[in-house]
Amino acid sequence: MTASAVFILDMKGKVIISRNYRGDVPMNCVERFSGHVLEAEANDERPVWLEHGTTYIYIKYNNLYIMAVTQRNSNAAMILLFLYRLVEVFKDYFKELEEESIRDNFVITYELMDEMMDFGYPQVSEPKILREYITQEAHKLEVVKPPMAVTNAVSWRSEGIKHRKNEIFLDVVERLNLLVAANGTLLRSEILGSLKMRSYLSGMPELKLGLNDKLLFEATGRRTGGRGLSKGKAVEMEDIKFHQCVRLARFENDRTISFIPPDGEFELMSYRLNTQVKPLIWIEAVVEPHSHSRIEYMIKAKSQFKQRSTANNVEIVVPVPADADTPSFKTSIGTVKYAPERDAIVWSIKQFHGGKEYLMRAHFGLPSVSNEEEKKDKPPITVKFEIPYFTVSGIQVRYLKIIEKSGYQALPWVRYITQNGDYQLRMG
Amino acid sequence: MDFVEKSIQKVNQLGAGGGGGTDSKYFQTTKKGEIHELREELANPKMEKKKEAVKKVIAAMTVGKDVSMLFTDVVNCIQTVNIELKKLVYLYLINYAKSQPDLAILAVNTFVKDTQDVNPLIRALAVRTMGCIRVDKIVEYLCEPLRKCLKDEDPYVRKTSAVCVAKLYDINGELVEDQGFLDMVYDLLGDSNPMVVSNAVAALAEISETSELGQKVFQINTSTLQKMLAALNECTEWGQVFILDSLALYCPSDGREAESIIERVTPRLQHANSAVVLSAVKVMIKYMDLITSQDTLKALYKKMAPPLVTLLSSEPEIQYVALRNINLIVQKRPTILAHEIKVFFSKYNDPIYVKMEKLEIMIKLASERNVDQVLMELKEYATEVDVEFVRRSVRAIGRCAIKLERAAERCINVLLELIQTKVNYVVQEAVIVIKDIFRKFPNRYESIIGTLCENLDTLDEPEAKGSMIWIIGEYAERIDNADELLESFLESFDDETASVQLQMLTATVKLFLKRPAETQKMVQDVLTLATQDSDNPDLRDRGYIYWRLLSTDPEAAKQVVLAEKPNINDDSFTLDPSVLDELITHLSTLASIYHKPPSTFITGRTRMVPTLGGGAHDDEYEESDANITSDMMDGGMGGAQAAPPAMPAPSAGGLADLLGLDDEIAAPAAGGGGMGGAASLAPPGMADLFGGPPAPAPAAPSAKVVLPPDRGEGMQVRSAFVAQNGRVFQQITIENHSPAPLSGFAIQYNKNSFGLVPESPGALGQVMPPQLAPGQSHTGLMPLTATGQPQDSKGHVQMAIKNNVKVFYFQDQCDVLAFLSADGRVERGAFLEQWKSIAQEAALDVQGIGPANENVDSLCPKLEASNVFFIARRKLDGGADMLYFSVKTLNGVVMLAEIGLRPGQGMGRVVVKAQQTPYVSLLAESLKAKLLS
Repeated sequence: MTASAVFILDMKGKVIISRNYRGDVPMNCVERFSGHVLEAEANDERPVWLEHGTTYIYIKYNNLYIMAVTQRNSNAAMILLFLYRLVEVFKDYFKELEEESIRDNFVITYELMDEMMDFGYPQVSEPKILREYITQEAHKLEVVKPPMAVTNAVSWRSEGIKHRKNEIFLDVVERLNLLVAANGTLLRSEILGSLKMRSYLSGMPELKLGLNDKLLFEATGRRTGGRGLSKGKAVEMEDIKFHQCVRLARFENDRTISFIPPDGEFELMSYRLNTQVKPLIWIEAVVEPHSHSRIEYMIKAKSQFKQRSTANNVEIVVPVPADADTPSFKTSIGTVKYAPERDAIVWSIKQFHGGKEYLMRAHFGLPSVSNEEEKKDKPPITVKFEIPYFTVSGIQVRYLKIIEKSGYQALPWVRYITQNGDYQLRMG
Repeated sequence: MDFVEKSIQKVNQLGAGGGGGTDSKYFQTTKKGEIHELREELANPKMEKKKEAVKKVIAAMTVGKDVSMLFTDVVNCIQTVNIELKKLVYLYLINYAKSQPDLAILAVNTFVKDTQDVNPLIRALAVRTMGCIRVDKIVEYLCEPLRKCLKDEDPYVRKTSAVCVAKLYDINGELVEDQGFLDMVYDLLGDSNPMVVSNAVAALAEISETSELGQKVFQINTSTLQKMLAALNECTEWGQVFILDSLALYCPSDGREAESIIERVTPRLQHANSAVVLSAVKVMIKYMDLITSQDTLKALYKKMAPPLVTLLSSEPEIQYVALRNINLIVQKRPTILAHEIKVFFSKYNDPIYVKMEKLEIMIKLASERNVDQVLMELKEYATEVDVEFVRRSVRAIGRCAIKLERAAERCINVLLELIQTKVNYVVQEAVIVIKDIFRKFPNRYESIIGTLCENLDTLDEPEAKGSMIWIIGEYAERIDNADELLESFLESFDDETASVQLQMLTATVKLFLKRPAETQKMVQDVLTLATQDSDNPDLRDRGYIYWRLLSTDPEAAKQVVLAEKPNINDDSFTLDPSVLDELITHLSTLASIYHKPPSTFITGRTRMVPTLGGGAHDDEYEESDANITSDMMDGGMGGAQAAPPAMPAPSAGGLADLLGLDDEIAAPAAGGGGMGGAASLAPPGMADLFGGPPAPAPAAPSAKVVLPPDRGEGMQVRSAFVAQNGRVFQQITIENHSPAPLSGFAIQYNKNSFGLVPESPGALGQVMPPQLAPGQSHTGLMPLTATGQPQDSKGHVQMAIKNNVKVFYFQDQCDVLAFLSADGRVERGAFLEQWKSIAQEAALDVQGIGPANENVDSLCPKLEASNVFFIARRKLDGGADMLYFSVKTLNGVVMLAEIGLRPGQGMGRVVVKAQQTPYVSLLAESLKAKLLS
């Protein structure tokens, strides 16, 4: 169930650094990897494959491949997750992970690889904890010991953390994924929410987070949308994922979110809702192609959220044929640009208030000769936006209780924002 | 050297960027005489200088340069209080110890000393590194320090030591067993520290996977189970994966236990780490088999669906793993995701490998309720740019039609719309699947033939051409200008591939049989082309047969050529249930990604029996995936296909079989446009030409079919385990139901309860003829040995037979009675002693025993014949008859049995006891069966 060796390679497939954990796979197998990845057709980039009894598992990051090999029936999900974690830890240590940063830090890279995986089994992978004992200043005279946290039940936080001001910031970020068919039918809409925390709390604080969670309200007999909350309704989250600090058994039991947070920034939880939401920004596109002469677009953008909210930095990207030329635009709001490198028109609107509707017309020339045979790629229209002080699901933080034995008072700060996720409207 | 210099240049150019490190300077001093310089620097008494030098050595090692000649010099730096320097030297040692085993001994003293250091980091570092130095001589010195460290006061040292035991086992398993390390690790399962527990679990799981002792190394009982479940809540995410993966190997005793463990595992579904989620899903799905309450199952389904869907919001690589797993889950428990089909719709920016997997799952989830949506999507995909994805999408439409009869018409309409796009490969794929739909639903959608015929010019791929020609031949009576159409194809007869030529031949004959008047010349031309001008023996043979049939008895020809064809199903993408079950226990692992049992791609040292044909499997995987579309053709087309590709030239004996002279194989072997069913129709004059039918060896009556021909692509396998003269044999009967000869038989066993393996890797080849012609069958008695390592106690024997077509997986049940040795009689005194010392192991009540079996005098000889030896008899006051027996299995497991009978009432009770317990319940079952026989 383990990885035999881990390699970090450059885009040409050359090994920058590697660690052989088990010695049961010949290290020159990496040549096969380079061959495979460099020759692979675009449609065969499977991240896991088998060749001559050796399985290769890899991810790409920046200009690097991070790859593990094994000849056993290893746990592929675990190895992939570990590779991603390796990237995170390196990023934490080196700010950015790239070929140069590894070379500049190869000693500590080796140390980290040695500490994070033993005999192919992932071990400690919390950057904050690793920093306490894997450091380049370790050669100073003081004796470095493994932090208690390494093996403790609370493996993500060390004791004795001190902050002058005890504060905690909570960002509720929702991303709206949308898939609309060419005929305007809403195929899928999905909300991916995330509660991001920045915790600057001293000691070992016990936190309890209260949300307007529908199942919790039902379990505690609170009427949803009734007296319990002065306004707003309860939200039913379809799936919730928690940071390892949250006590899962307790949540399963009574849906209480209780935890001792790591220090600094982390994602406390993420959730997913599959309810049909009204697309926050709706786009209708009328395309009139006149082959061999010109193509015309009429794009209508409509905001379908409350008037008191505003979407910022809205960007509507409409794909156009690669061979279009001489663009001209007309719009009642924002700016329109032709982005030939993306084969698209980008319509930017700084502030898009709720309940509004705007029009944009575009006109392109088309070459008189074109390859009829060639099949045209049909990318969808995509939309970017940010709506502050608003969550599309209606989720609310009801309370965040902080209890520490020293009894300090800490202030929680909460912000809400909704953004576009994978927001795609197919074109006819 | 060049390599080193180049990379150094590169570093120089780029300068020191990144996260503020300056290590790149160590790559810079490479020049002639470098080694000498380094040696001097390493000998420098100043620690800082030493460290700089070691860093340079490691830098050279990193860029792939051999610095092993500095071994002694580097090892001399090992005695230092500087932990950073120590780590560097250890790193060097790990890399080069193997190439310098004699010198590695030099480091041993320091290692041993370091395991007693005051700093737990150093103690752990020493233990960790020693285990990585895979040099036998070092291993002996490892034992004492390791023993201490396993009991270290610091959990960081203990968790490192637990893994070290697994390392040591990998190098020298015997030593670990002799030194009692296994027990020590087992004790760590009760450690107060969760990370120590989870690493101990990982170590034991690994050892039990490779050990001769097998699962005995890591038997999970109630108390270890509780410890593992407790640690599950507290250990790191990785530790949770180790524990969950081990739980997946455990078999709960009943539904109640399964349910209570599931309850403890369910909260893990909320973990942010997808590997934890997938392993939890694995445990739940496996344990669900024991749960019978529909309500409980429904509640579990509801809990599992959302986390599975969420996996699709993760990184594409994880999505890929998740989708391959979901593919299995959907086959095992279709209900879980029945309402989630939309999440498998492709997004524009999904990587192609994700799109392909989503497509597969969409087809699996397609139902009459959602088929309209699915078709809309597939139609959309068919206009994308990636050709392979478009092709699969078009095929998917056809598969929907075959799967959902009521939607077939809608599917056809979508296909017709796609044909209108005139995109070359779209049209060709559409024609291929439409042919399948015609096969599945004959005489229903022929109205569209006209549209198809408009696109004949587009077809330039053999498979599409062959399909179109098949359609023309099959529906010749409906197509007014069928003769013209075929004629136009025939112009290029010589240039076509063999499969297209065969189709042309068959189609023309069909046309002739339907409209003899106008097509006489045409059929003659084709027959001449096939029999005289072609050098392809398949084509010639088929041509001759048609010719003779037509000239001898046109009515018979009609019945042969225009015979009804067997039905086709879209089941080519579903796995055999036993394989599926095995793969489910391997969810999240590579086996679940390749959809192949681990034994087929792992070539480990002690764990597995040798694989068939060496590395052939790897290629097989690549191939089967690349050719997934043609796999579908094989399954989907069945008899419609003209001839299997690359059909070897049949011998004279093979010809007889082509005609299907053996009644039994006639129906399924309807290859070549319905050649089957000809047996009784063959004119007498032909017998001498073709010779008599081969006489298949009769199969033993008890041999059951373990691989039906529809799953074996024409190969049927019967199997039975028989004991003869104190040895076990597998009686294998292979029958060829396919239209092509089968050859190259080889067999391989998976690990099984009895440790049974074929006596030699080529055992099957020795008892089977080199080639089985169509219709032929052969029975062989293949000797087995019990030298493999036993696994589980279910009595299944999973095996794979490979032939010239591919590898097939199936399983048989081996009766433990076939596995008993002739020297199983235990001396009475010893029996009594053992019987008393073992608590009851397995007991079964039996009802409905026949009078003959209630009679001790007739029962005992019967049992003795099966090597179940009578030891003693005791009559109880109530009239009950207690009989005692002993047996010994071929792998040396002695078991004691008691059969209690109440004569006249048909009731009895079987109790089996043994020191080693793997077979007790199997023996009890077998004895029960004997009593009832």
